[in-house]
Amino acid sequence: MTTEHTAGNMAEHSGEMTSATDYINHHLSFNAQAVGDGNHSFWNVVHFDMFIISLVLGLLVAGAIWLVARKATAGVPSKTQAFVEIIFDFVDGQVKGMFHGDRHAFIAPTALTIFLWVLAMNLMDLVPIDWFAKLTGLFGEAHAPFRPLPTSDVNTTFALALSVWILMIFFSIKAKGFGGLIHEIFGAPFGMPKLFKPKSVMGFIGLLASPLLYLANFMFNMIEYISKPLSHSMRLFGNMYASEVIFLLIGLLAATGIFGMFGAAILGALWAVFHILVVPLQAFIFMMMTIVYLSMAHDSH
Amino acid sequence: MNFNLTLIAQAVTFAVLILVIVKFVWPPLLKAIETRQKEIADGLAAAQEGKSALETASKKSEVALNDAKQKASEIIGQAEKRANEIVEEAKTTAKVEAERIKETAKSEIEQEVNRAKEGLRAQVSVLAISGAEKILRKEIDAKAHTAILTQLAAEL
Repeated sequence: MTTEHTAGNMAEHSGEMTSATDYINHHLSFNAQAVGDGNHSFWNVVHFDMFIISLVLGLLVAGAIWLVARKATAGVPSKTQAFVEIIFDFVDGQVKGMFHGDRHAFIAPTALTIFLWVLAMNLMDLVPIDWFAKLTGLFGEAHAPFRPLPTSDVNTTFALALSVWILMIFFSIKAKGFGGLIHEIFGAPFGMPKLFKPKSVMGFIGLLASPLLYLANFMFNMIEYISKPLSHSMRLFGNMYASEVIFLLIGLLAATGIFGMFGAAILGALWAVFHILVVPLQAFIFMMMTIVYLSMAHDSH
Repeated sequence: MNFNLTLIAQAVTFAVLILVIVKFVWPPLLKAIETRQKEIADGLAAAQEGKSALETASKKSEVALNDAKQKASEIIGQAEKRANEIVEEAKTTAKVEAERIKETAKSEIEQEVNRAKEGLRAQVSVLAISGAEKILRKEIDAKAHTAILTQLAAEL
């Protein structure tokens, strides 16, 4: 499916887009739009393709599930409601296993949001890579770049991970207080020496060593705090980006001729089937890590 | 790896989606599921209750049935006994009655016999007298020998 179109596109474009590098570069470029007057690389650029697709998908899944939830009955559920309830129960069960508090207030619905949204975005991976280029060609410039997979943009995954990170700090402060958070940053994982009245020799040594202990604790916690959003976002981004690149390589193979096209069709199908597994798995992992981080924020050391 | 405003935009979208799910999606689904769970739990409890009630009732009914059977057999026994008594009584009464009737009949028969004997005796005496008259018409004076004839008739 992917490959035939790729082949068609390549043949069509062969006059203008001569090299494989051009093809890949084109497909890995964002539809970047200037925002405002400035020329700042952060504040004045937005990836329109990523933003609009993730927004549409988000509204689509949230709207769809809202339509079901609105008419949710406690009696015999419709098949659609039963399906939604299976997802609900799946997410709720995961949260229940890790978070021991009022999960229904925020954490469980957040986990559901993440799961559904990331799943929907990841599913764009299975849309043939050249379809969107064709589609946008009909509306805007003929060869304006347009990437359909929001989770292959580090902006999207990092936005999610950073939001979760901020929520994590928020819940940490909510559960332990600001003092508690500071205490934890300097006190865990190696513990804190008793500052007053050291009763033994070891205690006295501990008191002398305390600045070192604080420093070690602080360093460890900083590494943890920095690595959390990075590993959280990079895992999803890496998987999706790699998948997209492999699809592009398969597309290139398809452009080599009739045999290449059939080979690429088979390889593309196999890679797509493999991603039927990867897509929900990555969405699930992203959700699980969110739950773990938010649960850990509630635990005190 | 070029970070730009997309980061903020996606975070805002994320926040909006979370808000929608937290406010409008999760609570009604949770309510529906929990209500149903409660209903099912209640239903199961009610079924259990009903089951135990049925058990108690069937035990009770068994006891009642046994009682009734016992009473019925008692009543039947009494009735049989009474029937036998009645039959016995009837038999006795019948016997007594039969005896009485027999007695009456006997005495009546005796009376009849006696009456017949009296009649016969009278007739025989009349016959004897008329016979004797015929034989002794001339010699015997009926008036003179009446005493002898009466005595004769009495002896017969």
